Amino acid sequence: MREIVAKKIIGTVKNLCIEANTNLSEDVVEALNKALSKEGSPIGREILRQLITNAKVAWRDKLPLCQDTGIAIVFVEIGQDVRIIEGTLEEAINEGVSRGYHEGFLRKSMVADPLKRKNTEDNTPAIIHVRIVPGENIKIGVLTKGGGAENCSAIRMFSPNSPKEEIDDFVVDTVEKAGPNACPPILVGIGIGGTFDYAPLLAKKALLRPAGRHHSEKDTAEWEKELLEKINKTGIGPMGLGGRTTALVVNIEKYPCHISSLPVAVNIECHAHRYKEALI
Amino acid sequence: MAKKKRSKIQKLKPPLTDKEIKALKAGDRLLISGKIFIARDAAHQRFGKRPPFDPAGAILYYASPTPTQRGKVIGSIGPTTATRLDPFTPDLLKLGLKITMGKGKRGPEVKAAMKEYKAAYLVVPGGAAAALSKHVKKSTVIAYHDLGPEAVLELEVTDFPAIVAMDCKGGDLFEQGKKKYGIK
Repeated sequence: MREIVAKKIIGTVKNLCIEANTNLSEDVVEALNKALSKEGSPIGREILRQLITNAKVAWRDKLPLCQDTGIAIVFVEIGQDVRIIEGTLEEAINEGVSRGYHEGFLRKSMVADPLKRKNTEDNTPAIIHVRIVPGENIKIGVLTKGGGAENCSAIRMFSPNSPKEEIDDFVVDTVEKAGPNACPPILVGIGIGGTFDYAPLLAKKALLRPAGRHHSEKDTAEWEKELLEKINKTGIGPMGLGGRTTALVVNIEKYPCHISSLPVAVNIECHAHRYKEALI
Repeated sequence: MAKKKRSKIQKLKPPLTDKEIKALKAGDRLLISGKIFIARDAAHQRFGKRPPFDPAGAILYYASPTPTQRGKVIGSIGPTTATRLDPFTPDLLKLGLKITMGKGKRGPEVKAAMKEYKAAYLVVPGGAAAALSKHVKKSTVIAYHDLGPEAVLELEVTDFPAIVAMDCKGGDLFEQGKKKYGIK
């Protein structure tokens, strides 16, 4: 049994919140550069250039990439041979988020009650997903996700008899409805299978796969490419002002499901995709 | 694809006249210098009959910055979605507000009001917030301190970049751009 002090988790989560918000991952920067080389619209190119410059400024000056520093979504894989001492997992994660958002000068965007809407002032609580895995490590991933893009996400319960084209239409339609409001170019995470609650989690996990890395199954990888092409034919373009770059990435994750079900969830993410992970 | 000519960049300084607004066309790229005002959802709900600044000829930017770091003028300051502020916009345009800036689409009522009162809507790239903060030279809270990040600010900006998305003649870059670059 390996003992890990809660303080270690607090520090790790704190650093991940700050790092995610100020350091745009290399894979996303590369996707933006690739899009810039292909974009036909002059305004689209200008916007992509500004986004690439923004990533450099944010990194250099330790400034948040976007003023919406997001909700902290924390993915934890905890080894079954780990024992947390001097605190609990959930409290340590929330303390880490609170410190990260204060010390990193990040905007606090969480309200305590969805209807009364009073700000919690420290961006907690985090949304926490835990998996128990073999081993004696803890892997922590922090996704800080803006509200605008999250609002544009959707789920539909398809019939197992639905043709694949119907799923394509649902995905493209979700992107069309999001339009300029989701801050395109976007990343599209698609979760297929599981249940009504599980498909959106798959969609969110799909966003965690680095840009440019396709699904390990060949037919699903092909489907990702087809969907990306369809989305980029909409002409929505960077910030919705027209262009060929509406999405940078389409990632699909799948899971077994019931014989009578085919849930499909689409999680929309803005280009300022902020995800970092660490191993304790 | 062949490189296309980049559109000309115009400079703009408020307060703005009807003549200056009429000269703006959807797709124009602008650099703004001078005073602009910042407000978003909670502040708009408090405006009542008049906002806490003179709207005549003014520019209103929908945003709320991250906290200011020591030694800096302001935190990251990118746009928020303008669509949510649509219900408040026609009344402000009637009072003489000339430009609103944000990201995302505007509804038909705002479009009609922009024609009637001669106003334009500009898009600022969402998620370019760190770089945008470099164009802010001064920031002052002018009302609703208690709203924290949603307080009303007056900013002094230099060469703040924006794109005309909707002009006062009904020109709409969202529609034009999608039509031009969409493939059936």
